[in-house]
Amino acid sequence: MAAAPSIRVQREDFDATAETAALTAGRQDIGAVVSFVGLCRDEAGTLSALELEHYPGMAEAEMRRIAGIAIERFGLLCLTAIHRYGKIAPGENIVLVIAAAPHRQAAFDGAAFMMDYLKTSAPFWKKEHRRDGSAGDWVSAKDADTRALDKWR
Amino acid sequence: MKLVYFAWVRERIGKGEEELDLPESVVTAGDLIQYLSGLGEEYEAAFQFPQAIRVAVNQEHVEHHEPIAGAREIGLFPPMTGG
Repeated sequence: MAAAPSIRVQREDFDATAETAALTAGRQDIGAVVSFVGLCRDEAGTLSALELEHYPGMAEAEMRRIAGIAIERFGLLCLTAIHRYGKIAPGENIVLVIAAAPHRQAAFDGAAFMMDYLKTSAPFWKKEHRRDGSAGDWVSAKDADTRALDKWR
Repeated sequence: MKLVYFAWVRERIGKGEEELDLPESVVTAGDLIQYLSGLGEEYEAAFQFPQAIRVAVNQEHVEHHEPIAGAREIGLFPPMTGG
């Protein structure tokens, strides 16, 4: 029996271990848990932070919509997705996805599907802050991220 | 109609949201982008590549050919780069 997905958009950090424990607590039907954590890179030492902007309300709604599709399509038992916003320094967490299923392939696929769609359709945008103080650019959307969706069609 | 802008669309226009009365000729999301781009140079800069602009009606994605009638809130923003 699938639980409702746990979706959060928050400024504060998350604890992947604690979130995984919360997801599986009291359940005996889960055979596989796959978790993904996306972190802020320093881009070869040039980046001092990423500023994450989001569309409040729509960001949560879109993550919930994608999570619902993932649960249905892969038969997930539960799914947690947390995305941070605000200024995030290199080495800090940005996003967490945890997918739980009876077997491993569904958990791997569910987590990958959630991330691929989150990147291209959840309303978040990254702006770079550079270490040298020069004005940073908005991160451009990558064709590779759009192409990543092809494998799910 | 409440319009909300994000990321470089917001920066180029110089505000995050505004209320606008739209003419009846604005039927689709694409019409809206075209209309807004004529409101001044800051709007022209924000919408100079209209194909790149994503539109959400009442916080749900729509394509440029889709109608926007009855919307409470329309979001206009660049391609998303979260994750």
